[in-house]
Amino acid sequence: MNTASLTHLPVELRDGAKPAFWQPVRIVGAVILLALLAFAFVGPLVIGADPLFQDYLAVLVAPGDPAHWLGTDHFGRSMAARLVHGAQLSFVMAFVTALSAAVPGIALGILAASRGGWVERGLVALSDIVLALPGLLLVLLLMAFAPGKFGPLYLGLALYLWVEFFRVARIETARVLALPCCEATRLLGFGPFYVFGRIVLPALAGPMMTLFAFAMGSAIIAVSTLSAIHVGLRPPTPELGAMIVELMPYYSEAPLQVLMPAGVIFLLVLSLQLLAGRKS
Amino acid sequence: MKQLIATRLFQLVAVVLIVGSISFALMYFLPGDPALRIAAGRYGPDMMDNAISDMVRAELGLDQPVLFRFLAWMGDLIRFDLGHSLVSGAPVLHEIALQLGYTLWLAALAFVLALVIGPLVGAIAGLFPGSIFDRVSLLVAVALRAVPPFVLAIVFMMVFGVTLRWFPTAGFGGWSNMVLPSLTLALGLAAMSSRVMRDAMSEVAASPYFAHGRYKGLSDRTVVMRHGIRNASLPVVTYLGLQMVYLVEGVVVVESIFAFPGIGHALVHAIIARDVPMVQGTALAMGGLFVLLNIIVDLMCLRLDPRLGRRAA
Repeated sequence: MNTASLTHLPVELRDGAKPAFWQPVRIVGAVILLALLAFAFVGPLVIGADPLFQDYLAVLVAPGDPAHWLGTDHFGRSMAARLVHGAQLSFVMAFVTALSAAVPGIALGILAASRGGWVERGLVALSDIVLALPGLLLVLLLMAFAPGKFGPLYLGLALYLWVEFFRVARIETARVLALPCCEATRLLGFGPFYVFGRIVLPALAGPMMTLFAFAMGSAIIAVSTLSAIHVGLRPPTPELGAMIVELMPYYSEAPLQVLMPAGVIFLLVLSLQLLAGRKS
Repeated sequence: MKQLIATRLFQLVAVVLIVGSISFALMYFLPGDPALRIAAGRYGPDMMDNAISDMVRAELGLDQPVLFRFLAWMGDLIRFDLGHSLVSGAPVLHEIALQLGYTLWLAALAFVLALVIGPLVGAIAGLFPGSIFDRVSLLVAVALRAVPPFVLAIVFMMVFGVTLRWFPTAGFGGWSNMVLPSLTLALGLAAMSSRVMRDAMSEVAASPYFAHGRYKGLSDRTVVMRHGIRNASLPVVTYLGLQMVYLVEGVVVVESIFAFPGIGHALVHAIIARDVPMVQGTALAMGGLFVLLNIIVDLMCLRLDPRLGRRAA
């Protein structure tokens, strides 16, 4: 191995012993998440039922029925179809929101750490201002512009979630840029793009993946919570939080129908948190 | 100490700025003519014509440029003139004063319950790392962390309210109405803080000064209470600062689910009704509660570890 190839290695490999990424907890999380993804994206093809189709001759059918294997809700809509579409909606919304929080968050974090000065101070002050209110309050305030609409919900969540990416990316970038290997690479005549591509970005990948999984979990919780308190997405959208609250009055007749969407939310958030590992 | 005060003052100013400007934007972008709407609210829709709405427009300065109106809006806010609810017509300040009491009780009860449950479970688990208690509490904590507060609230409602009929599930008629909402919040908080306490406690239990306390003949009880709990509490209390986001968000959610007559419930209703003055007032109150809780955590940290205050001073 010659010296040139050493600088090509990502930082965490050169710094020596770091724990392996695929710890048992992460594997469990990944397996649950993959199963849920199959449920959410292959499920609609297998089930084929319309999540909005109402059948008043089959209302609140208990799970296990040959025609409706997960039962039906209070309008006779197929629970299987609604759960599958609800899981898909939660997952897609969480992914899109987390992505639109991560991209500007990481970019601004790198910018702040590399430029320093008033750019950094300004961005840090901005992030502190956003953090002055709990995230849900900020999203609620924005929801007041158009209750039940996707736009302000998405905007509010992204507006709040970018801060965490920004903070960690800024600190991590500043740490990596101060390492001797960065200094050496620069002195060898490599440009800033090379330093970022080869050293900073690989070092950021790990913590950013962790944050991404946490952000997705937070987004799933927020979206379902807002629907549950009647501010988020409106019925008849098959949204997991809305399903729980809609079915609550029928709990004594159909307890399983209330618990199933709750179980899907729980498993989605749990798998993402396990995959993320420990925060810190 | 000065640093702490400056941070919290900055936070308070930021809360007022965010809530004030979003509310102003809400008022500005709400469809329809605000002068007509206010005139209709004051004199009744039958008595209203263009002359009266023009009068209202001139009186409230609604014909002024946007920037001027924004400054006037923020000026009213700083003087605590929060206006009247568009729905009930009552002064916002009066409505909030009524609800704030309920919310403060709920938040305080949840906070105290979480402070009892979390550190207690964590301390026992940390004193016996690897025991069955430790593992079970880990599983419960991981599971509770993945359950959104509203789901936990609904599960409690079903189990303790509907099936067992131990506690009422909605409204407010007495202390029994506080049990389920505060327990929901406290368990969520305790799930997270118990693990921090457990790690801190097992670290303290393995430390030389802890062993020294034993060797010099102190009883188990004294060693744990005097040397263990206090040293292990600091990371927990620091962590509580991060958890206040969860508590304030949880108050909004849990109040709405349990129809608890507090500020969070009022905020959600005001948003659905697009009652802008109430949205602003309740959001300000929740933001203020958030700052207040952060200050309490700061003070607790100072009390537990006096070095924090001395270093800065």
